[in-house]
Amino acid sequence: MIATHNYFTSSIGKKQIMALTGFGLIGFVLTHLAGNFFILVGPDAFNYYAYKLTSNPLIYVAEAVLAGMFIGHIVLAVLLKLQNMGARPQSYFTKVRTGRGETIASGTMPYTGLILMIFLILHLLNFKFGTEYYTVVDGVKMRDLYKTVIEYFANPLYVAWYVFAMLCLGLHTSHGFQSMFQTWGLNHKKYTPAIQTLSSAYGIFVALGFSGLAIYCYFQN
Amino acid sequence: MSKEITVHLKIWRQKNRQDSGRFEEYTLNGVSQDQSFLEMLDQLNVKLVRDGKEPVAFDSDCREGICGSCSCMINGQAHGPEKETTTCQLHMRSFNDNDTIVIEPWRARAFPVIKDLVVDRSSFDKVIASGGFVSVNTGNAPDASAVLVSKENADKAMDAAACIGCGACVASCPNASAMLFVSAKISHLALLPQGQVEAQKRANSMVKTMDEMGFGNCTNHAECEASCPKGIDLSNIARMNREYFKAKIASEE
Ligand code: HEM
Ligand code: FES
Repeated sequence: MIATHNYFTSSIGKKQIMALTGFGLIGFVLTHLAGNFFILVGPDAFNYYAYKLTSNPLIYVAEAVLAGMFIGHIVLAVLLKLQNMGARPQSYFTKVRTGRGETIASGTMPYTGLILMIFLILHLLNFKFGTEYYTVVDGVKMRDLYKTVIEYFANPLYVAWYVFAMLCLGLHTSHGFQSMFQTWGLNHKKYTPAIQTLSSAYGIFVALGFSGLAIYCYFQN
Repeated sequence: MSKEITVHLKIWRQKNRQDSGRFEEYTLNGVSQDQSFLEMLDQLNVKLVRDGKEPVAFDSDCREGICGSCSCMINGQAHGPEKETTTCQLHMRSFNDNDTIVIEPWRARAFPVIKDLVVDRSSFDKVIASGGFVSVNTGNAPDASAVLVSKENADKAMDAAACIGCGACVASCPNASAMLFVSAKISHLALLPQGQVEAQKRANSMVKTMDEMGFGNCTNHAECEASCPKGIDLSNIARMNREYFKAKIASEE
């Protein structure tokens, strides 16, 4: 038992749990985006997809796991960041990046993460717990989430905030994706360059995907 | 052709551990560009002593890039602007006439400043000591071919063993993490058959000591790799992460 306790409080243990939860979140974000693409098919398709997803009793298990991953990821992020700040009580008066290491994405992880946390709360309030409209598809009464979404994106300020948050998500995951492989010890001459390319591609894809859909919704009004 | 230049130095002066420290500025004329950086500091100190002032304290020993003691932050970069170079290997030809050069000590909780540019890096020694011993056969020296080591692993172990423990990785890391150093020390034994017997114990206790010393946590920026005078790379940190995880799930303690 002492061994497991040490692992979860150790630097590497915390980082590996962080990477594991990040991995789960990366998967979630991808499936969420795939689901959102139903908006392009039309109101009925999107509403029916959302209905099928939320009426499955397993949704509660999935939501609990998801909430656990978010909370674990955020708590560890705060713990690690505080420790890192404590590790250098007096900062440098001059410090320049070598240009061969730290990137904009890696250097802003805690900040993009913070924006994502705020976004997450607002996002749940606006949609999951947002205005409830109802519609009937194939004789089944269900939530008209499509209407809630389109209505929300009628405001260009909301579109701008959403796009900004999604750029942060893209930046966060473009570093996080490849970072989690390194944290789990997967660094390989042949595969690491491919993982790094895939990491950037993932970040760009989710940022453009979510933002594009928000802009599409704006023009549906 | 050697050229003489004038440099404006902004150097961190701190009397002792308790002192809060401050920058002092000096202008040094007639600095040969053929000089090494430390020779330039020697030249400054000769001048300071002649003027009846306290010379700048800095560490150095081998002055050929192998001991790792000449550690300082030069214009915001560990060991200065050149790649894979220690401060003693840095030359004044890397600077121009009338340049301002800012020199600071390493800054990390685990590396308290003792005086001026000299920091206490004994936390590194404690990490190494906690790694313990390696079991080897006593008696006559075994045949070189008795224990087989693949060329690839021998090379990687040698690359990791090139670490001189200068602390540039900690100094350059935005999180003051020592993971490149500790991973190099874990790696050079983990890659060799001779290091297998205590491999798990070693990973376990070196990481534990690293955490206790108050270093930060790696966030995979790779500033350490970019600043390392010996070119130790990030694959060592990945190896340490693997070794530590393996040690944890296998450990019975
Ligand atoms: C909700 C608020 C979030 C916060 C506060 C947050 C914060 C952080 C922080 C501080 C790090 C460590 C920085 C580093 O290792 O360089 C990190 C890493 C990471 N994050 Fe997040 N993040 C959040 C959301 C997300 C989301 C939504 C995803 C995925 C889509 C994600 C994926 C990752 C990954 C994969 C890592 C890399 C782990 C590693 O270093 O191995 N994070 N996050
Ligand atoms: S004085 Fe030994 S490495 Fe510079």
